[in-house]
Amino acid sequence: MSAAFTARGLVKRYGAVTALDGVDLDVEEGELVGLLGPNGAGKSTLVKIGCGLVRATAGEAAVCGSRAGSAQARAAMGYLAELFRFPGWSSADEVLLLHQRLARSSGGPGERGELLELVGLADAHARRVEDMSKGMQQRLGIAQALVGSPRFLFLDEPTSALDPGGRRTVRRLLEELRSRGIAVLLNSHLLSEIELVCDRVAILSRGRIVAEGRPSELARPRGVEVDVDGGTRVFTGAGRADAPRLVADLVAAGEHVYGVRVLESTLEEIYLEAVGEDAG
Amino acid sequence: MLVLTAAFVGLYWLGANQAFDTVDEAQPPREAILAGIDTRTLTGATLFGLSMFGTLFLGAVLAAFLTLGVVRGDAERGLLQPLVVRPVGRGVLLLGRFAAAAAVCAVYVLAVFGANLWITWSAGGWRPDRIAEPALQLAGAVCVIAALSLLGSVFLSSTANGIAVFMVFGAGLVAGLLGQIGEVLDSDTLTRVAEISSWVLPFEALYQDGLVAITADTTGFTEFALQLGPFGGAQAAGPFLWPWTLAYLALVGGGAYAAFARKDL
Ligand SMILES: Nc1ncnc2c1ncn2[C@@H]1O[C@H](COP(=O)(O)OP(=O)(O)OP(=O)(O)O)[C@@H](O)[C@H]1O
Ligand SMILES: [Mg+2]
Repeated sequence: MSAAFTARGLVKRYGAVTALDGVDLDVEEGELVGLLGPNGAGKSTLVKIGCGLVRATAGEAAVCGSRAGSAQARAAMGYLAELFRFPGWSSADEVLLLHQRLARSSGGPGERGELLELVGLADAHARRVEDMSKGMQQRLGIAQALVGSPRFLFLDEPTSALDPGGRRTVRRLLEELRSRGIAVLLNSHLLSEIELVCDRVAILSRGRIVAEGRPSELARPRGVEVDVDGGTRVFTGAGRADAPRLVADLVAAGEHVYGVRVLESTLEEIYLEAVGEDAG
Repeated sequence: MLVLTAAFVGLYWLGANQAFDTVDEAQPPREAILAGIDTRTLTGATLFGLSMFGTLFLGAVLAAFLTLGVVRGDAERGLLQPLVVRPVGRGVLLLGRFAAAAAVCAVYVLAVFGANLWITWSAGGWRPDRIAEPALQLAGAVCVIAALSLLGSVFLSSTANGIAVFMVFGAGLVAGLLGQIGEVLDSDTLTRVAEISSWVLPFEALYQDGLVAITADTTGFTEFALQLGPFGGAQAAGPFLWPWTLAYLALVGGGAYAAFARKDL
C-alpha cells in the first residue's frame, strides 16, 4: 500500500528566499500528522507543493502514489487553504454543489447535508457566503475540503478563525476522519490541539524538519517530583522507570511519601527547544 | 454596465432622431452631391459608424470587467486556489472562463448592435448594406479583447491589468488613426505601422473592416468612409482577417495557458 503523502528532498526557492530546504516527510494511510513551525517556516509552502499549487524547485512529492499536482493526485485529496474565499453571492449549499461537480462526486444533496452537519453549519445551508462570519466561512471551507470523500486531506490552519466550540467540533471531526481511515496533514499553531489529536508531529523551522515523532516519543523526561514531610523533592534527570526505586529509597530512609509525579516536557517546550532562536 | 448601456442606447436614440431631423432641412455638403450620395445615407452611415465605436467600447469594458482578475486577481483574493486543486485542472478552468466571457460579450455586443440598428432604421430609414458581417466583426473584436485581458490577468493584479487592457485598446485605436493619417498624407511609414499593429491587435482591424461593411454596396463612399469613426475610419482588411483572428485567439490562449500552468499560486 502506498503512503498517503510522501515528500523527498523538497526544495522551494522564491527568488532569494529559501522557503523549503530539503524536506522529507511521510504521512501513512489513515495517519493524522501535525505540522508545526514558526511563521514563515515553510508549512504552507509544503502543503501547496503537495496540492500542485506551487512547483518545487527540487525534490519530489506524491499523494496516494501519484505525483503531486497530477490529476490523479488531485482527485485523491482535499485541501483547505490558509487564505481562501468563496464567491460572496453563493450559498453554502451552492459552494458545495460546485465542488461536487468539480470533484465529480456523486454524493448529491445527501453528501452536502452530511458535510454541513459535520462542521456544524446545518442551519446555515441557504445562507450566502457574504453574510457568514469568518469562522462560518472556515467551517464551510472544511466541508468543501471533504467533498468527494478524499483519501487524504491537507488542512492549512483549519481552526485559526474558530471559537472554542468550533475547535472542538474540528477535533471531533478529525477523530471521525481517523476512524474512517482518512489521512490528514494538519498545519496549526495550536500546540494543544495537535497534541490532542495527532498521531505524529513534525516541526519545521527555516525550511527544514527539525523534530519528528509521536508526541509521547518527543516528550523527554524532566525529572520526578516526590512529596515528603519536608516538602517537595525534585530528582532532575530521572524518568518514569526511576520512580519505584526513588520511592523505595526514600521509604527505606524513613521518609513518608505522599505523592509522586513524573515530569515530562510539554509539546510547547519541545517545540521551543526545536525551533530555537526562531521562536522569537 | 446595464446603466451605462441604457444611457448609451438612449443617447443614441436622441442623437439619431435629432440628426435625421436637422439633415432633412439642411443642404447636403458639395462633395456628397458630387459623389451622388444623398444626405440620409451619409448621416445614417456616420451615425451608425459612431454607434459601432460606442458598442465596441462598451463591449471592451464588459470583456475586461469579466476577465480582469481571472488568474492573479482571483488568486490574490483566495478564490482560485480551491478550484485549481480540483481534478479539472488549469487548462479547462481558463478555457471555461474565456468561453463564458466571450459568450456574454458576444451576446451583449449583438444586442446593442441590434438596438442601434433598429434606432437608425426607425429614426432615418437607413440601414447598413451588410448587417451580419459588421455585427460578427464587433463581437469578434470584443472576444479578442477578452482573450488579451485573460492573458494579462496571468501576470498582473486586477487593477494593473485593467489599466493595461485599456492602454492596449487605446493603442489599437491610435494605430488605426495613424493609418488614416498616413493614407491622407501618403506616408508609407505610417501606413506600415498601422498595418503591423492591426495584425498585432486584430480587434482594431475587425472594427475597421466592420465599418467598411456597413457601406459596402454604396458607390462613391470611400472618401467619406475615412471619417466614419471618432478615431479614424474604415479600412478593409482582406480575406485573412478571420483566419488570423482565430489563430491569434489560439496563440493568446496558448500563451496564457503556458504561463498559468507554471505559475505558483
Ligand atoms: N509567493 C511567494 N513569493 C515569495 N516568497 C514567498 C511566497 N510565498 C511564501 N514565501 C516565503 O516563503 C517562506 C515560507 O512561507 P510559508 O507561507 O510557507 O510559511 P508558513 O510556515 O506557512 O508561515 P505561517 O505560519 O505564517 O503561515 C516565507 O519566508 C515567505 O516569505
Ligand atoms: Mg502558512
